[in-house]
Amino acid sequence: MKYAALVYYQERLIQAMNEQEWHDLNQECLAGVERLTGQGHFLAGQALQPVENAASVRVRDGEVLISDGPFAETKEQLAGFYLLDARDLNEALQLASRIPPARFGTIEVRPVRELPPRDTGDAT
Amino acid sequence: MIHDATIERLYRQHSRRVLATLIRLLGDFELAEEALQEAFVAAVQQWPSQGVPEHPAAWLIRTGQRRGIDQIRRRQTSRQHAHLVAPEEPAASLDERSIQHDPLRLLFTCCHPGLALDERVALTLREMCGLTTEQVARALLQRPATLAQRIVRAKRRIRDAGIPYEVPDAWELPGRLPAVLRVIYLVFNEGYSQSAGDALVDVSLSVEAMELAQALARLLPEGEVYGLLALMWLHDARREARQGPGGELVPLEEQDRGRWDRRRIRDGMAHLRQALALTPTGPYTLQASIAAEHVRASSAEATDWGRIVMLYEALHRQQPSPVIALNRAAAVAMRDGPEAGLRLLEALEAHKAIVNYHLFHAARADLHRRAGHPREARLAYERALALTSQEPERRFLQRRLAELATSS
Repeated sequence: MKYAALVYYQERLIQAMNEQEWHDLNQECLAGVERLTGQGHFLAGQALQPVENAASVRVRDGEVLISDGPFAETKEQLAGFYLLDARDLNEALQLASRIPPARFGTIEVRPVRELPPRDTGDAT
Repeated sequence: MIHDATIERLYRQHSRRVLATLIRLLGDFELAEEALQEAFVAAVQQWPSQGVPEHPAAWLIRTGQRRGIDQIRRRQTSRQHAHLVAPEEPAASLDERSIQHDPLRLLFTCCHPGLALDERVALTLREMCGLTTEQVARALLQRPATLAQRIVRAKRRIRDAGIPYEVPDAWELPGRLPAVLRVIYLVFNEGYSQSAGDALVDVSLSVEAMELAQALARLLPEGEVYGLLALMWLHDARREARQGPGGELVPLEEQDRGRWDRRRIRDGMAHLRQALALTPTGPYTLQASIAAEHVRASSAEATDWGRIVMLYEALHRQQPSPVIALNRAAAVAMRDGPEAGLRLLEALEAHKAIVNYHLFHAARADLHRRAGHPREARLAYERALALTSQEPERRFLQRRLAELATSS
C-alpha cells in the first residue's frame, strides 16, 4: 500500500530557529530519507517552500481565479510530503512518527487513492 | 534467480515466527517489526545472488537481530527509547526450544488480560495472523484509523505496563489459557456470524481462528484447546446449511442435514475425543459435546434433548451466565414442551443484560409460536427485530413474522 505522509507545522516555529538548528533539522530529514530509502519505504517526497510563496488557483464558471497564499488559513502549514510504501496503516504511522517535524508539528497519514484505469476507445 | 514471488512466499511462511522471536530478542514490538522489515530487505538484496540459505528463518532472525541491535545503539541517546537495552550476546538466545515457543509467547502477550478485549482481538489478528490493519478493520467493520489507534495503544500498554513476553508457567496456565481461547473463539464467531458473499471482506476470520487454534494445539495440547477446536469444527460443518437462498438464517431444526460437511464433522469428533481424554472437562469441551449431539442426530426430533439439557446444566455450573441459561431453557422446551421452556425464560427476565439480547426474544417468540400464542409470538419477534442489525438474523425473523400473519 502507498501512503502519503503530509508534514504540517507552524512556520513561525521554523522562522524562530537559528541557522544551526535549521541546518541540523534538514540534515536529520535527509538522513531519515536515506534510511527510508534503504528500507524500501520511500517512493517520493519533497519539502515545500513557505506558504508566503504559495498561490492558489480555481476555475469558476470557466474563469480562472488566482489568489496568493494557501487555500486555507490554518494554524499549521503544509511543509512537505512523503510518499511511503508500507505494509499497512500501522506501519505507515510508525514510519511517519519518525519524520523529524513530528516532534513539533503534525504528520497526517493518508492512504493513496489509486485512480481507475484510463478509459480506452473514444479517447481523443 | 529468485523472484519476488519466492520472497513473498517466504515472507508469508516465516514472517510471523521470525517476528515472534525478534520481539523476544529485542524486547520491543515496533523495533522487532522494523528489524523484520530490514531483514527481508536484506534477503531481497542478497538471496538472488547468494541463494536462499539452508535455514531461511534462522538467517532472517540473525539478520533482524543484528539490525535491531544497531538501531538500539543508534537510538540509545534518545530518552524516548530509554527502555531499550541492547542485548550483549546476540547468539545466546537462539536455541531451538525458545524459538519454537516464541509464537506461543506472542499469542499469550497479544491476549494478555491486561489489555482490553478489543485490543486483544486487533493485536492477535495483526501480529499473530499477519493481517494488515486495513484487512482487520474491514473484517471487523471498523474504520482503519480507529483500528490503527487501538493497535498502537495496545502496544504502548504492553510496554508501559511491562506485560511480560512469556508463556505462563504450568500452574498459571488454567488462569491464563481461557483469555487466549476467548479471543480465538471471538474471532471465529465474528467471521461465522457475518453474512456470506460480502465482497468487501477478503479474509475469513473463521479460517484465521481455526488455523490459530490448530497452531495452539500443536504447541499446547490442553483439553480445552481441543475442546475449542472441536467446537469450531462442528459449527463450521453447518456453515453452508445455516443460510437460506435469500441469505436468511436457517435455524438448526430446519437445516438440511445432508448439506452438513461430513469431513468437518469427522475431524471435529476426533478433536472432541482428544479433548474428553484430557481432564478436567472445561466449558469449550462441554459446548463441543452439545454440538456433537446435534450432528449425531438425524433430525431435530431424533436429538437426545435429555442429554443436551444435562450438558447445559454442567456448563451452567461452570459458567452461570444468563446466555447459557437461555440455551438450557430452549433445550428443556425441546425435551418437555414449549410451556416448560417459557417458564424458565420468564425467570430470566430479571437479568438486565438478557432483555436487550435479541436471541432471548427470538427464543421466547419461537416458544410462544410453538405453544400456539400468535399474539405473544408476534410481539416477541418484533422486539427481537428491533434489537439486531445482523442481516441474516433479520431476514429470518421477518420470515417468521410473515408466517404468523398468514396463519392467524
